[in-house]
Amino acid sequence: MSLELAANMGAAPKAEIPTESPLAIRGMTVSYGQKPVVFSVDMTVEEGSMTAIIGPNGAGKSTLLKAALGIVSPLAGQALVFGKPLKAARHRIAYVPQRASVDWDFPTRVIDVVLMGLYRELGLLRRIRPQHMDKARACLERVGMSDFADRQIGQLSGGQQQRVFLARALAQEADLYLLDEPFAGVDAATEKAIIDVLKSLRSEGKTVVAVHHDLTTVRSYFDRVFLINTRKVAEGTVDDAFTPDMLNQTYGGRLATGQIDQLELAAG
Amino acid sequence: MSGEEFVPLSLTPMLIGVLAAVACALPGNFLVLRRQALIGDAISHVVLPGIVVAFLLTGLVAAAPMMLGAAGAALVSVVMIEAIRRLGNIEPGAAMGLTFTTLFAAGVLLLEQSDTSSVHLDVEHALYGNLESLIWLDAIGWSSLLDPLALAGLPPELGRVVIALIGVIGFLWLFWRPLVVSTFDESFAQAMGIATNRLGVALVMVAALAAVAAFDAVGSIIVIAMFICPPAAARLMTNRLEHQMAWSVVFAVLSAVLGYVFAGYAPLWLGFENAVSAAGMIATVSGLILALAACFAPHRYRSGAPAV
Repeated sequence: MSLELAANMGAAPKAEIPTESPLAIRGMTVSYGQKPVVFSVDMTVEEGSMTAIIGPNGAGKSTLLKAALGIVSPLAGQALVFGKPLKAARHRIAYVPQRASVDWDFPTRVIDVVLMGLYRELGLLRRIRPQHMDKARACLERVGMSDFADRQIGQLSGGQQQRVFLARALAQEADLYLLDEPFAGVDAATEKAIIDVLKSLRSEGKTVVAVHHDLTTVRSYFDRVFLINTRKVAEGTVDDAFTPDMLNQTYGGRLATGQIDQLELAAG
Repeated sequence: MSGEEFVPLSLTPMLIGVLAAVACALPGNFLVLRRQALIGDAISHVVLPGIVVAFLLTGLVAAAPMMLGAAGAALVSVVMIEAIRRLGNIEPGAAMGLTFTTLFAAGVLLLEQSDTSSVHLDVEHALYGNLESLIWLDAIGWSSLLDPLALAGLPPELGRVVIALIGVIGFLWLFWRPLVVSTFDESFAQAMGIATNRLGVALVMVAALAAVAAFDAVGSIIVIAMFICPPAAARLMTNRLEHQMAWSVVFAVLSAVLGYVFAGYAPLWLGFENAVSAAGMIATVSGLILALAACFAPHRYRSGAPAV
């Protein structure tokens, strides 16, 4: 049986998609070559929540986000954004890719990168006006990077680069923020700055979904978790789903018991 | 040199050299930043079989069929490169190298086997072009620039590179923003709904347009050099893409003018009898400019040092 057929059978009958959810994924299956990376995954993101996508390396966390955004084409499955197909709702999403995925030697300044977030507003030829510059500067201010507006991006530290990426996402003025490992390889000050911004977004009623690696901070940063290892393992509030039992299932027993004990987990 | 001598004999070849160099250097900036510099190389090689096939099919050495043939060959090569890369799991550089050498070789074989003796189409022409022969015999001096009769006698290659240059500038002007966003951060561009694949193919097609027009006048050596050398040197001069584009134009013009002049006079200064190929000298000058930039340009060290 072909992978595609298997995925379609796995997805059927399709669960009804709640139309209000900022991001509803159904039966998502993606493969690179013959091996499925994401298999028949359903996900329903709650509006106004902060969700951590958690799982071991190669578990399909980034791929799930990319499939939801149409960056990789899935074998099967679909994603609805605020109840609409992706095409009709792209303007409501801001995406922060992995920092390592771009060439930081690119000849451009910090402010220019933030202005890229205004692409949908500016279109092909509309001129950049003072109000656009003001908006970009305000976004830099919010991540504590105002003093770096005219720097070449290659001159920034990893943490500063990540903040610029977040500022670019803020410039999009979206309702749903999808972040791929926003805390990977950043300094403590940046981690604090980023989580503060994300929490303030949540308090404005925005929805945040982030691929996250550091299990020790899940409880203090996020209110919901989505555990994945190619297939979905669990989804729910931190109290319900972030349990030793579920983590063992997700990581296939690769977490030491001592590690799990330190995580302030909910009782399993 | 007086206008009477300069205008008919040197003005048009120099102008064609300059315009062809700029038309190639502009898209070259994006090709270099996208780590696709070899695509320029590939295109300039596959132009040959494209033109030969177009000639064999139509029996004409006219602009339109040659352009179509070359553009078709560029498209075939892009598809071949992708196919080799995906099916053979071969890295892109190797796939490009394989594609353009094979197609160029096929072009040479086709050229040798077909009866092209009656027309000006040969391997040497393909490599060096014929810049020196693009003279303007109807001109008698600077006043000819205002004389409609004389202007009608301008070499047709000039019109072709002008059209190609307008096409290149128009494309870059119109698609500047999506090109920049997708070159810097492809997945972000895709998430915003930019059709990055189509844009990438369009960029290659525009580069092909420049390559075809330039190839006809100045040969493939100069095309390869102009796609890569001016943008690469320009990158070392600045940290802003807009400025890099401007520098690449400056270097392209400088290479064309100095190369043309040196080709005509440098051998005489050095005591040799004959002038050398202008295309070869232009490419050499562009390489020297890149070498100088690598040694002295302000942004040659970009360690990405942590900011204070």
